[in-house]
Amino acid sequence: MAKLKYNRKGRLLFTREMKKDYTILAPMMAPIHFHLMIDVLRNCGYKFELLDTNGPNIVQEGLKYVHNDACYPAVLVIGQFIDALHSGKYDVNKTALVITQTGGGCRASNYIHLLRKALKKAGLEQVPVISLNLSFLERDPGFHVTLPMIRKFIAAMVYGDVLVLLRNQTEAYETEKGETNRKVEKWSKHLTSLFNAGKGLSLTQVKENLHEMVKDFAAIPIQKVPKVKVGIVGEIYVKYSALGNNNLEQFLRDQDCEVNVPGLMNFGLFKVDNRLEDIKLYGGNPLKYFFVNILMNYLVRMQNIMIEAVRSEPRYQPPEPYAHTKSLIKNVIGYGDKMGEGWLLTAEMLELSEQGYENIVCAQPFGCLPNHISGKGMIHRIKAIDPKSNIVPIDYDPSATRVNQENRIKLMLAVAREKLQKETGAGSF
Amino acid sequence: MKIGLDVGSTTIKCVVTDEAGKILYQSYERHFSKITEKMTGLLEKVKSSVVHGNKASLTVSGSAGMGISQTCHLPFVQEVYATRIAVGKLIPDADVIIELGGEDAKILFLSGGMEVRMNGSCAGGTGAFIDQMATLLNVSLDEMNRLAENYEKIYTIASRCGVFAKSDVQPLLNQGARKTDISASIFAAVANQTIAGLAQGRPIEGKVLYLGGPLTFLPQLRASFDRALGITGICPENSLYFVALGAAYCSAEEIDLDKAVENIQKYGSTGNFLSIPPLFANKEEYSEFCRRHEGCKAPRGDIETYEGGAYLGVDAGSTTVKAVLLGKKGEILSSFYRSNSGNPVPIVKDYLLDLYRKYPKITIESSAVTGYGEELLKNAFGIDFGIVETVAHFTAAKKFRPNVDFVIDIGGQDMKCFKIRNGAIDNIFLNEACSSGCGSFLQTFANTLGYSIEDFAKLGLFAKHPVDLGSRCTVFMNSQVKQAQKDGATTADISAGLSVSVVKNAIYKVIRVPNAKELGRNIVVQGGTFLNDAVLRVFEKELGVEVTRPDISGLMGAYGAALYAIKKSAGKSGIVGTDELENFKHEVKVTNCGLCSNHCRLTINIFGGKRRFIGGNRCEKPVTKRSGQAELDMYAYKLGLLRSYRPVKGSRGKIGIPMGLNMYELLPFWHAFFTSLGFEVVVSPLSSRELYVKGQATIPSDTVCFPAKLMHGHVQALVDAGVKTIFYPCLSYNVNEHLGDNHYNCPVVAYYPEVISANMRCLDGCNFIHDYVGLHRRHDFPRKFGAVLRRNFPDITQEEVRKAAKAAYAAYADYMEKIRAKGDEMIAEARKRKIPIIILSGRPYHLDPEINHGINKLITSLGAAVISEDVVSCKEKRFHTQVLNQWTYHARLYAAAKYVGSQPDMNLVQLVSFGCGVDAITTDEVRRILEENGKIYTQVKIDEITNLGAVKIRLRSLFAALEK
Repeated sequence: MAKLKYNRKGRLLFTREMKKDYTILAPMMAPIHFHLMIDVLRNCGYKFELLDTNGPNIVQEGLKYVHNDACYPAVLVIGQFIDALHSGKYDVNKTALVITQTGGGCRASNYIHLLRKALKKAGLEQVPVISLNLSFLERDPGFHVTLPMIRKFIAAMVYGDVLVLLRNQTEAYETEKGETNRKVEKWSKHLTSLFNAGKGLSLTQVKENLHEMVKDFAAIPIQKVPKVKVGIVGEIYVKYSALGNNNLEQFLRDQDCEVNVPGLMNFGLFKVDNRLEDIKLYGGNPLKYFFVNILMNYLVRMQNIMIEAVRSEPRYQPPEPYAHTKSLIKNVIGYGDKMGEGWLLTAEMLELSEQGYENIVCAQPFGCLPNHISGKGMIHRIKAIDPKSNIVPIDYDPSATRVNQENRIKLMLAVAREKLQKETGAGSF
Repeated sequence: MKIGLDVGSTTIKCVVTDEAGKILYQSYERHFSKITEKMTGLLEKVKSSVVHGNKASLTVSGSAGMGISQTCHLPFVQEVYATRIAVGKLIPDADVIIELGGEDAKILFLSGGMEVRMNGSCAGGTGAFIDQMATLLNVSLDEMNRLAENYEKIYTIASRCGVFAKSDVQPLLNQGARKTDISASIFAAVANQTIAGLAQGRPIEGKVLYLGGPLTFLPQLRASFDRALGITGICPENSLYFVALGAAYCSAEEIDLDKAVENIQKYGSTGNFLSIPPLFANKEEYSEFCRRHEGCKAPRGDIETYEGGAYLGVDAGSTTVKAVLLGKKGEILSSFYRSNSGNPVPIVKDYLLDLYRKYPKITIESSAVTGYGEELLKNAFGIDFGIVETVAHFTAAKKFRPNVDFVIDIGGQDMKCFKIRNGAIDNIFLNEACSSGCGSFLQTFANTLGYSIEDFAKLGLFAKHPVDLGSRCTVFMNSQVKQAQKDGATTADISAGLSVSVVKNAIYKVIRVPNAKELGRNIVVQGGTFLNDAVLRVFEKELGVEVTRPDISGLMGAYGAALYAIKKSAGKSGIVGTDELENFKHEVKVTNCGLCSNHCRLTINIFGGKRRFIGGNRCEKPVTKRSGQAELDMYAYKLGLLRSYRPVKGSRGKIGIPMGLNMYELLPFWHAFFTSLGFEVVVSPLSSRELYVKGQATIPSDTVCFPAKLMHGHVQALVDAGVKTIFYPCLSYNVNEHLGDNHYNCPVVAYYPEVISANMRCLDGCNFIHDYVGLHRRHDFPRKFGAVLRRNFPDITQEEVRKAAKAAYAAYADYMEKIRAKGDEMIAEARKRKIPIIILSGRPYHLDPEINHGINKLITSLGAAVISEDVVSCKEKRFHTQVLNQWTYHARLYAAAKYVGSQPDMNLVQLVSFGCGVDAITTDEVRRILEENGKIYTQVKIDEITNLGAVKIRLRSLFAALEK
């Protein structure tokens, strides 16, 4: 074990010495994205490992060490860590953990503290926890978020978004089962090897690779039959994590639906934009506005590259530019609603419906605070604006049963299929 | 022929029609979760007696049919959808369908834009809920229906959750409320819940159909819906079979019935569920376990030969009554343990009469009573002492293990655990607002599966693969159990799994410790639930310690009370004698107390002669006609102060402010601001049940906290009062008090105006100003907010805004200053009078009597001063917490906790709103800060309805601990 050092407040630090031989564990959320992001971190000289564990013990450990009224993602993420540390697979004296922290007004900013409390309860106090944040909340001598790292992260996010989009729009219609997934794997591997060679992360390279990727997927033979198109929105963890949403995406695919899970890019843009909106709404430092705006513009450029690339093949439908997504909620909900997924959640529902994915699962942890407002709270208004929208809110929780959830989703699907049948004469019960 | 099979959560329904849709066969029965057996049985019967080798098609529907149909490749149709198809064919002019099932509630709007709504993950207000309530009242469903016919009064009962409702109904029963009124109230609650939860503001009118079991079998339930909706709904012919009919109409594919039956049978034996190791590896292990626990016996005496003084202890629990009679040396002469059947009074009366008659040589020299029915029984029979349950249990536990350091009692609906430090009760854990994991939980399951609780428990001892069920609410558990059964778990596996979940719930949810070391070495377990060997075994295994279970585990409360009676005996008891008992009468009257805005619903019990007892009150007013120590109640003071901000007529007309959430603190600010601009500031009235119900139908998320839900009523009240401009701003940030790392509002407080705007159509004709405002940036505020205002009132000048802002900040500072000054004054006065000081910590909106349920009055009536957290939080500087301290209101909690830690005569009680996600973080941290300073942490969970009985136990235990 490295020498344990603490800061003034008594927080265990991740030291330079630890950087050398500690393995840093990261929790799983969106697999395609996270694998790429972990590659970036490895590429920056850290020993990272992504936890792709599942199984009931994760929830059990979570419930044991986290307040049971805390949100489900906290229970799962912390449960996954403790489960891993207890598994014997890792030397607990040479392991650190990493967790993101947005610094927003939602409970999620407190996960890291809940995690530290849990480690203490489990007698694993020697395990340092690194906060991955852009709000200067915590810093560690052995871990630095650098500008190049941020740029690489953004590139990984873009690759992830495009891969997921291509997979979803292809797989549902592929003529040879499994071909799309093989291609996803091929590209994940390819990107990893590029990252390892320090390539593929500059703007021009991203552009080139994306175009190539889109072209490659477009070569997969498909048969376009009318299918029920379902969008998934919600609290970010439950939206993406199969562990959190009882494998929702797969369930929908098994129900013969085309699935659309809006990417991480908009969330990134949203979080950066919030800082600008804050200054616009309440006043603030113009210098700060200037610098944040540079980052904003960079992200917008990245998104444009992404949209351009997807658009290069007519069979794919690209996401809308952030500015358009944002414009959809004018007079629906305020731009100041920024906690959690904030107004973006409402905007994504409207965007999905606009793009033809009017059947929507709005997934949130039981009792999710921000989603009382921008999720469930806005459905009434969305239906008034867009009567064709067919939204079902689903709560996830350690003991909400799958049967209940799937039954409600099936109701939504039954309504969707009836409509599809009327429109196209296809689809059956 | 077309077969429709509707496999619901509790029943299975089958319909066979001919090709034209004519019904040839129909059946309806409970399946007791033996789904595969019932399904195959039914299909075989249908095949031989109806189908007769004709061509047949089959479609399955229903929540429990879903998994099976998928695995067995049977056509499936979602049940709500099936209903729609059936109604479309049979009653095409229907406008709305309301269908209640075992665990589901649905509303379908057919005309004017089809919409289907289904209850979320909560099964409150459904058939299962009504079943539970009938069990609690100890009547059959038919009787319940008959009782409801003759109701006089409707009580408010939460039907959102069976658990909550229980905690409403139980006190009513204990106070002696009439079963007729309770039955009708339960039905009314179901109607309310369904309409509010599912209609979400959409009007239910036109031709309304009632479908499903509960609405078919219970005419009074239909009557409740009729009353709530102001319509007369129709319960059509075959109202039970609409789902099955719809499924039958959907059937198109011809099917081989034999093959289907075979597939379903195969499905039943997959054995595909999560399990944990057996409780006992073999019989030897079990007998060893039994031997160890047999040793722990209370001394007994012989009542037949005993003469002289005896001591009575009674424990009137939530579902049972227990009594113990002790001789002079503490030996048990007699005891009983009985279900209270909703009224403990006649049971105790019969016991006493019997005792007096049979054993004239015994005289009761002293008596004590504890438990929910303490006050009622004390007054009914003149029992000498009333003691709080925790003290009774501690007294009893000490008798068995003098050095006991942890006691856990799991009863019917309560779980009480406490640590002992230096011979006093130190840290109390009670299950609040949730009775999962208690005795009645196991009992309900045993009953639904057709077993007695004893037999059911025994089954679990040697289960080979106990099901891993997790721990949570009973309602959730229901569906989890069903899932396991479908996956092939045996009843034994489920029994063992439920015992495990009871224990896990206790350890990880109520007590919240990850290991036994923190609990102590000398643990005494008690309560009826621990008589269950399976529960005891799991408890020992989970904690890895051997615990003491007295042989009178179920009687410990009564035993403790009797021991207390011995200790306090004055030689002569005031308990009623034979003569009085023979003429004993018990009458109950119900009335509303009009002495304050709480409007407690009082039940007045009159026991012949002059003895009477008033229940349901929060304070002493209706009993003594005196108010409590109002002068030492900051909550009362603050509320009074806020009500003093009266409207001032102005040139710009009225502006309405809904009085809820953060307005409870910011009213002085906005009042001064708008008054300065020449607006007449109109505030919505004080919250009341009626006000809440008015807005209830527009609440989109039923899991949001109650204070937020109340906002709908406040806005509605303003609209109803004809206010055309309503101001309720969004506030991401709160005032920065420099106590934390940031100064946010919680997401709900910050953005609830958005929900109001998006869901309350009554605002259509109003100007609802709900822009984002930054009070935290004082210098930017006039400029930014001026622009917002001018969008609504173009004539307002910037100069006016600047002036108004100045007045507003000054008024806010003045208000806070007044509170602090008054608080300090009260603290000084309390110290002078040497009364304990309780820092009742919550959020500003916990001032609302509808939210705090008069807990402040309850505390003052117990003889303490109530001070709010903001009085003391300002006495601390920012300090390091172990959580991200980023919300203004919550930073006050931490600071208050720290301050209380330094004051010997102060204690902190934290008010927590149910569903408050933020408090999942704050409660642990506040507890940590207090315990670090050697203080006891007390938490009170409050919701729409609150079980004041549990609150009282907590507070009395706290005071009992302080006295030591």
